[in-house]
Amino acid sequence: MERPTAILRPGLLPEPLIFERGAPGRSGALVDAAAAGGPESSEVLPPALRREDDLAGLPEVSELDVVRHFTRLSQWNFCAATTLYPLGSCTMKYNPVMNEAVAHLSGFADLHPLLPTSWTQGAMELMARLADFLREVSGLPGMTLQPAAGAHGELTGMKMIRAYHVDRGDARRRVLIPASAHGTNPASAALCGYGVTEVPANREGMLDIETVRRLLASDVAALMVTNPNTLGVFERDIAAIGAAVHDAGALLYCDGANMNALMGVAKPGDMGADVLQFNLHKTFSTPHGGGGPGAGPVAVSARLEEYLPIPRLVRDASGWRWSDDFPGAIGRVRSFHGNFGMLVRAYCYMRALGGDGLTDATAMAVLNANYVRARLQGTYPLAYPTPSLHECVFSDRDLEPTGVHTLDVAKRLLDYGFFAPTIYFPLVVPGALMIEPTETESKETLDEFVAALEGIAAEARRDPEMVKSAPHATFVGRLDETRAARRPVLRWTPPEPER
Amino acid sequence: MRFTPHTEGDVRAMLATIGAESVAALVAHVPAALRDVAALRLPPGIDEREVRAEMASLAAANGRPDAVVFLGAGAYPHFIPAAVEQLAGRAEFATAYTPYQPEVSQGTLQVTFEFQTAIAALTGMELANAGMYDGATAAAEAVLMTQRLRPGRPLVAVSRALHPQYRAVIATYLAGLPDAELVEVPYREDGTTELPSDALLARASCLVLGYPNVFGAIEDLEHTAAAVHAAGALAVSATAEALALPLLRTPGGAGVDIAVAEGQSLGLPLAYGGPGLGLFASRQSFVRNLPGRLVGETVDTLGRRGYVLTLATREQHIRRERATSNICTNHGLCALQATIYLSLLGRHGLRAVAERNLRGAHALAARLGRAGRLRFAAPYFNEFVLEIRGARRRWETALADGVVAGLPLGDWYPELEDCLLVCATELHDTAAHARLASALEQGGT
Repeated sequence: MERPTAILRPGLLPEPLIFERGAPGRSGALVDAAAAGGPESSEVLPPALRREDDLAGLPEVSELDVVRHFTRLSQWNFCAATTLYPLGSCTMKYNPVMNEAVAHLSGFADLHPLLPTSWTQGAMELMARLADFLREVSGLPGMTLQPAAGAHGELTGMKMIRAYHVDRGDARRRVLIPASAHGTNPASAALCGYGVTEVPANREGMLDIETVRRLLASDVAALMVTNPNTLGVFERDIAAIGAAVHDAGALLYCDGANMNALMGVAKPGDMGADVLQFNLHKTFSTPHGGGGPGAGPVAVSARLEEYLPIPRLVRDASGWRWSDDFPGAIGRVRSFHGNFGMLVRAYCYMRALGGDGLTDATAMAVLNANYVRARLQGTYPLAYPTPSLHECVFSDRDLEPTGVHTLDVAKRLLDYGFFAPTIYFPLVVPGALMIEPTETESKETLDEFVAALEGIAAEARRDPEMVKSAPHATFVGRLDETRAARRPVLRWTPPEPER
Repeated sequence: MRFTPHTEGDVRAMLATIGAESVAALVAHVPAALRDVAALRLPPGIDEREVRAEMASLAAANGRPDAVVFLGAGAYPHFIPAAVEQLAGRAEFATAYTPYQPEVSQGTLQVTFEFQTAIAALTGMELANAGMYDGATAAAEAVLMTQRLRPGRPLVAVSRALHPQYRAVIATYLAGLPDAELVEVPYREDGTTELPSDALLARASCLVLGYPNVFGAIEDLEHTAAAVHAAGALAVSATAEALALPLLRTPGGAGVDIAVAEGQSLGLPLAYGGPGLGLFASRQSFVRNLPGRLVGETVDTLGRRGYVLTLATREQHIRRERATSNICTNHGLCALQATIYLSLLGRHGLRAVAERNLRGAHALAARLGRAGRLRFAAPYFNEFVLEIRGARRRWETALADGVVAGLPLGDWYPELEDCLLVCATELHDTAAHARLASALEQGGT
C-alpha cells in the first residue's frame, strides 16, 4: 500500500507573509492629512523626537491584497465553526452568531470608557445584570467583572486572599494546589508571592480529605481547587474539604474553568468557596478568538467582598456610577471597566438561554461526554473509572506495544477532519487524551468522532509508522518544534537591507 | 433559546449506550445536599428576536446621537475600515482556540508571527510577543520583568505623568513582591518627566515613562534612557496612543529596553474600554524572560516554512509556579485585528493618519486659544491639556449641548483642577472643532 505523504489540501491556496506581498508606495487606506488644517509634524516636532526610519518594514499592500491574504490564511485554520474541537477543559462550544451582532451595536462598540456615567447607563445596567446572573450561578454574593481572562481572574482572586490574610496580621506563605490543576493556578499563586505545595490525587482521581487535612499547616493561605477537576471528576468531599480549609484559617479558591459542568447541578458557594473565577469563553459562549480575548469575572464570599478590585459599580438615586472609594480594595487590575465587549456576548447568551437553557446546556454536555466515554472505553483505557461529568480522560497505555503515542493519535485525528483533544494534560495521567465534546455537538458528529478514534487505534496496530508520521492530509506536515525553540526566529526580516 | 441538538430519540439512544436510566442519573454522584439547592433562579429563556430587541434597547441607552466627544485619556476613537472588522470576524479566526495543533492552525500562527513582526517594526524594537491584555497590564508585566532582570534593586520608578490607571495596575501587581517599592517621579513645568536622581536610579530596576504621557506630552526618551542606563537600570516606555508611534522617535531607536503599548487605536473599537490589546516589545537578549506567548518560524517534514508556538518553557503550562507570568489566554483576536489594520493602512497609510491626527489636534488647540491656553509647552501628538478658568462648569455646560469637552483632570491631578485633557483624532472635522470652541467659550459667560 502506498503511504500517504503530506500534500497541500486541494482547494487551499498558498500565501506568503504579508511583508512579502505588495510593492513600494502602495497603501490600502490613505487619508488626507491636511483635511483639518494645522501645522505639519515636521514643524511641530523637534528632530530628536521625530521617527527615524519612515516606518520601513511595515506592509505596502492594497485592500485586495489584504482581503486575499487574510481570507486565505483563515482557511488554514480548523475552528469550532467548521469541525468538532474537543479540547478538554477548554470547552469549545458553539459561539452563537447573534452574540456578534449585538456586540457590534454602535451603542456598545463606539462607547468611550470615560464618558460621564449619565451617558452610559445602558452599558452599566447590562454589567449589573450580568453580575447578578453570575452571582446566581456561583452562589456567591460578591462580584467583579474586571479581569481580562481566567488567569487574570485567578490573580485577582489570589490577591484578595492575600489581602484578607494581611488584614489578619499574617499573609501566610503557601497555597495548596492539586497535581491535576491548570498551570495558571501555581503561576497565579506565585505572582502573589506564595509558594506552592502540590496535593496528590487519590486512587479515584479526587482530593483526599485526610491528605488535605495533613497539609493544612498554619502557613497555608488557601487551597486552590478546580471542581469538577481536570479529569472531569466532581470532588465528592468538597464541602467537608472546604470546612477543613476554613477551620485551618485558610480560604477555598475554586477555579471555575469547568463551571459549564455545574449549572443547575451544584453551586460553588454551597461548597464553601471563597473565590470563583469564570472563564466566559468556556461557559458562556464568547468566541475564543484563537487565543482570546476572554473575560474572567470573579465571584467571592462575604468575607472577601471588601477586597474586590476597583472600580466598582454602585447605584444611587441618579442611577449607576463607578466608585473607587473602597479602602480595603486590592486596587485596580487593568484599565477601565473590564472586557466589556465579551461581557455583552455572555449576557446575550445567558439571557437567551435563561435558567432552563443553561441547566439544559450542562445536562447535554454531561450526556455527550459520558456517551463518548462509554463508546471509547473499550478502545482506549480510561485514566480513572470514577464517574465523570463534562469531559473524560483516556490514556495511550494500550498502544504501548505499537510504539504509537498520544501525540501521534492526536495528529492522525487531524487527518480525519477533527481538531485533537487536549493531550498530555492533566499531568497526573501519562499520555493523557482529554476529551470534552461540549453540549452543542450532535450524536451523529460524536459517532463520527468515535469511529475516527477507533479507526486510529486499528491503524496503530496495522501500520504504526503511518500513524507516527501523521498528519498526512493537513495543509502542512508535522512541524519541527525543536528547531523553532533551538534557533528562535520570532519575526520576519527582509532578505536584504532596504536601500 | 437552545443550541443543543438532542432529540428525544438521541437522548434515549445515548443513555442506552451509557447504561444510565436518565440524564439526571449521570450527575447522581454529586452529593444530594449540593444538587438539591442548585436550581438556577434566572429568568426563563427568550428567542433571538426578543433578546436582540432587549440588547438594542440597552445599547440605545448609551451616548447621544448628536454628540461630539473629545475624550482620549487611554482610549482613542479612530476610524476602522470595513475590511478590518469583516476579516477579523471570520469564524475561522474567531472560533479557533489557542493553536495547540499547528498543522491545522497555520492561519492563526502566521498572523501572530506577522503581528510580532509589525509590532517590532512599529516600536523599533528587536522583538515583540504575541500580545497581552491591555497597555496597563503590559506595563505591569514589564515592571515585573525588570525586577527579574535586575535583582537586588527594590525600587520601581514611574513617572507621575504616566496614565494613573497604568500606575495603579503596576502598584497592584507589585504588591505580590514584598520587597519592591513604587516611587513616583514628578513632572516638570513643561509636562514631561523630571530625571530622577542617580541615587534613586541606582536602587531602581526601571523607570517607566508614558510615551506620549497622560498629558499628551512627548518625552525625550533618548535622553532619559541614557541616564537610566548609566545608573544600571532599565528604561520602559508605555504608549497609550499607539497611533502616535508612526511619527515619533521609536522607543527602540531611543534606546528603550522594553516598550509596551495599548493597541486599541490599531483598528479596535472603543467597546467601553475593553477588550483592548497589550503590546509588548523588548531587546532580543531578554527573550527568555518575556511574559506571554511567542510564535516562531520552523519547517515541516517536507522542509516547507511553517509556524509554531515556541519557547513555551517560560510559560505557566510548562513551568507552573516558576513561569515568567501566569498569562494564558491573551487577546489573540485583537492582535489579529490590529495586524489587519496595520497591513491595510501600511507604511504610508499609518503615516498619513498619524499626520492627520497631529495636524487636527494642533488646529483645534489654536482654535481654543480664545477659551483657554495650553497648560504644558512640550510637543504633543493628538491630545493636550487646556487650562481654562472654571473648567468643570464649562465642561458641564458643554455636556448639556452634547459636547464632551475632554476629561476634567482635577480628579486625577488635584493641582490641575482648572484643566481639561482634550483629544482630537481623524474623526473630528472642522465643524466638530468649531462646536467645541463655541461650547467652551459660551460656558464661561
